[in-house]
Amino acid sequence: MNIPDKNSKAVQFAILLAVFFILCFLIGPSESNYLWRLPPLLKELPTVINDSVQFVMFDWFPIEVYDPDIEDFEEKPLFSEITRTISSSFLFVITFIREIFLGGTKTIVAFTGWDFISENSWAVWPALPWTVIAGWAMVLGYKLQGKGLAILAAFSTGYIGIFGQWEPSMQTLSFVLIAAPVSVVFGLALGIWGHKNKWVEAALNPLLNIAQTMPHYSYLVPVIVLFGVGDQAAAIATIFFATPPMVRLTMLGLKNISPDIVDAGLMNGCNRFQILFRVQIPTARRDILIGVNQVVMQCLAMTVIASFIGAQGLGSNLMIALNSLKIGSGLEIGLCIVLIAVLLDKLSLAWANKQTDYFADLSFIKRYQFSLICAAIFVAGVIFAYIGRFMFDEDFNYLYIVPHNKGITTAPFWQAAVDWIWDTFFFTLKGFNEFLIVSILVPMKEAYLGMPVVATFLLVMGTAYILAGLRSALIVCGFLLFIAFSEFWDRALITAYMTSFSVIVAAVVGVTVGSLCAQNAFASKVILLLCDFFQTFPSFIYLIPVIMLFGITDTSVIIAAIVYALVPAIRYTVEGLRNVPAVLHDAGSMMGVSRFQRWISIEFPLAFPHIMLGVNQTVIFALFMVIIGAFIGTTDLGQLILKAISDPRGTGIGITLGLCVAFIGLAADQILRTWASERKKALGVA
Amino acid sequence: MSSESDQAVNEKAIIKCESVYKIFGDNAQKVLASSKGNVNAESFLDAGCVVGVNNASFEVYEGELLILMGLSGSGKSTLLRCISRLTDPTAGNIYIEGQDLLAMNSKELIELRRSKMGMVFQSFGLLPHKTVLENIAFPLQVKGLSTQESIKRAMEMAELVALGGRENYFPRQLSGGQQQRVGIARSLAVEPDIWFLDEPFSALDPLIRKEMQDEFIRLRQVLNKTILFVTHDFDEALRLADRIAIMKDGVIEQLDTPTNIVLNPATEYVRKFTEEVPREKVLKIESVMDPYSSSEEFSDLKVSKDAIVETVAESILSQEKAVAVVDANNEIVGALHPSHVINVLFGGKSDNNNQD
Repeated sequence: MNIPDKNSKAVQFAILLAVFFILCFLIGPSESNYLWRLPPLLKELPTVINDSVQFVMFDWFPIEVYDPDIEDFEEKPLFSEITRTISSSFLFVITFIREIFLGGTKTIVAFTGWDFISENSWAVWPALPWTVIAGWAMVLGYKLQGKGLAILAAFSTGYIGIFGQWEPSMQTLSFVLIAAPVSVVFGLALGIWGHKNKWVEAALNPLLNIAQTMPHYSYLVPVIVLFGVGDQAAAIATIFFATPPMVRLTMLGLKNISPDIVDAGLMNGCNRFQILFRVQIPTARRDILIGVNQVVMQCLAMTVIASFIGAQGLGSNLMIALNSLKIGSGLEIGLCIVLIAVLLDKLSLAWANKQTDYFADLSFIKRYQFSLICAAIFVAGVIFAYIGRFMFDEDFNYLYIVPHNKGITTAPFWQAAVDWIWDTFFFTLKGFNEFLIVSILVPMKEAYLGMPVVATFLLVMGTAYILAGLRSALIVCGFLLFIAFSEFWDRALITAYMTSFSVIVAAVVGVTVGSLCAQNAFASKVILLLCDFFQTFPSFIYLIPVIMLFGITDTSVIIAAIVYALVPAIRYTVEGLRNVPAVLHDAGSMMGVSRFQRWISIEFPLAFPHIMLGVNQTVIFALFMVIIGAFIGTTDLGQLILKAISDPRGTGIGITLGLCVAFIGLAADQILRTWASERKKALGVA
Repeated sequence: MSSESDQAVNEKAIIKCESVYKIFGDNAQKVLASSKGNVNAESFLDAGCVVGVNNASFEVYEGELLILMGLSGSGKSTLLRCISRLTDPTAGNIYIEGQDLLAMNSKELIELRRSKMGMVFQSFGLLPHKTVLENIAFPLQVKGLSTQESIKRAMEMAELVALGGRENYFPRQLSGGQQQRVGIARSLAVEPDIWFLDEPFSALDPLIRKEMQDEFIRLRQVLNKTILFVTHDFDEALRLADRIAIMKDGVIEQLDTPTNIVLNPATEYVRKFTEEVPREKVLKIESVMDPYSSSEEFSDLKVSKDAIVETVAESILSQEKAVAVVDANNEIVGALHPSHVINVLFGGKSDNNNQD
């Protein structure tokens, strides 16, 4: 029989599935059967990693260091001296910024000593009154963009101040203010290097892939070993996490510059630095700024996770609130994080789009208007704070600093709302919860765990081969082998089951919603704006409402993962469908197709590769959320990573687990991306 | 014809190319060396090399406008990029005002570009993040001028290219023609002696292109620069050029004045271009006039020897007697009979060919 070429893939799939089920049926659970589970050949890997880290940290390359305490030279390992120096400089800067905001003595101590402080009671760095910072933020917003941003700034800072979250917010901000610039500079430098040197680019790409698919948690474990626990470690972990998107977007931006612009720069007599800093980087500014934006977002996303290793601020408060099921105050804190994220996002974008007016012939007052207003706000804020000393009878001066949890709080209201939802919908929610767990999740989990390893390999590699070719199949095989040889195959299967369930639901819902919205220009615009808005939410925030509704169960994690992963699914669907060339629409209309026919046979097939790129993002997003969900108690890889954080010898396990998660993501990425790009090429829409 | 003698009159070569080659490919140097001057596109392709420019030698004189004309892939832009040293030629010598361009280090090159060269690009090459004014001021700021000074100068340049009132626009807010005006203003901001234009009007609509060509002619009269201009449009070349170099496969097929190219195409390839050209739009009176003899009776009308036939044809045809042709000093240098003009307008083709 002559099977048309178009259907050959479907036939291949059918055969693949048949073999897969036969294998599942034939091979029963048995510890000794290698077809069921591969032997943990990489069992020693965590220990090896641990030992190497220990060796490098504590034994390798001892150097003579002068220790002022014992007034003598001491032998210390080079590496730990380096990391210690980095830690202490970060800590110093963080403390310094923090004390500008909140006041304190540590910076003064750093330059003098504890004795100086205890002898001189005046030696305390005063905090900036919160009214001053709020005023500055407002003026800055106005200067950069106008009224809208000023109002947003006023609202955000006002909210934070009035609701008593000022201190933790400033603590969070102080480490964002160090982590973000360092990440941007690093990312920019690496990106430029990668752009100039092909070899560097080739080396960076796989590293970036792994770095961007490693779960947040697994950055924490090695950082603890290298840099200890505390704000500085949190900042450093954040930098590791926030730099990769910056690198990637810098390289992308530099690559996309039209060669004419660089030539024009050369002909205008630019030297190498001028070409780089005045032509290339500004021209690539849109992509680079998206990078900066992503860095800020990643930093805020890390605030919560970084609190696991001792970052003070909103993150740790949110964790405590969630841990003790104080949903109300959790919501309040979450809103603070979102507000800071949105505000920083908008401020950085506005700053980037700023332009200078050369014509204005301004008077002194006008020219220095901004500085003068800021100074005036400072003076006024200080005076208010001084007056405040006499206004409030209690110990707190609300015009100086609103102490933590002493502001107005809406927590009881939210708590009441949650309670009301629980009381009213208890049976509905519980019923849904039970139904989902008992009839879908548990059977699915069991099915996943019941797969013999051979069958899994066959299914995944076969899919990779059919969709993306032999090379992809081999790469995917490599990723899977690593996981299969580690001790964590079963855990990985659980992660895979939760992720795939979330991805399937998110993709179906996302593609449906996206397709509906894409039918209409206005709806498309609105939904893309919504996507933008929800993307500024740090991932942890998604957990708050679901815990509110479903308590601490797998359902919560999966629903959070679905919601989080919906954003890329919708975005890519809308983009893909809207980007179908208009001439094809016209051609379709002239052939007399109905709207539905047009969607089914013209728009959807053409947009499908782009939609699959969205699904690819959905996989990564869902994977992240599933791992983060370990925090509210899942039994997959994430849980083990979380355990590794508190384990003094957890580095090896943490890194191995992180790689397992990264490889699941990368395997999906390899298949989907290769397929999508080839399909796009074939359709000529690349 | 007299045009060759024009150049000889104490003119200084500003740009001088000697056997310039540009070969693309990994081992271009080796392949070129082993070819011993016998460069052939096909045999080079077998060796993995593409011939961009093949043995280009010519000079551009002070104040002259030389146009490099050729279809895409003919190597005209590559040659321009060699002369502006945006790429390094594989072999040959290039001299700018007597200085060896290829021997310059990057510092000298930057200095040369900052003081002597300006260039206009086909796709404009404007900096998207800078306004019109900032773009024009950019080469000055790169040079180290203060913001105030450079902006002041940029304002003058914006006026010069009729962009006054749009100084604070961003490139994306301008039409293609306006963007290219910015490109032109920017390239002229440092008052360069040498002006390179790489297909400056090719990306524009035909009407705008005509307008920009007129603008260019006006600017050229005001500024008096040495100009190297690249185009694929033969009509544009005829309209603007003092001399045209026609290129094919990296080789300069013919380098001559528009008149001579139309009247005496050197190769079959060049002849194909000239076939469709309406000659009255190209030829100057000088090239169709008869020698002056004092016995001739002239009508009252006098025409300049540099006038294009088309522009004066109608008034000449209304005369009964011959028209006197005068040079710049108003001295009579030749005579032109109306019948001769008719000949040029309608069918002198075979006549011209017979002259060869």
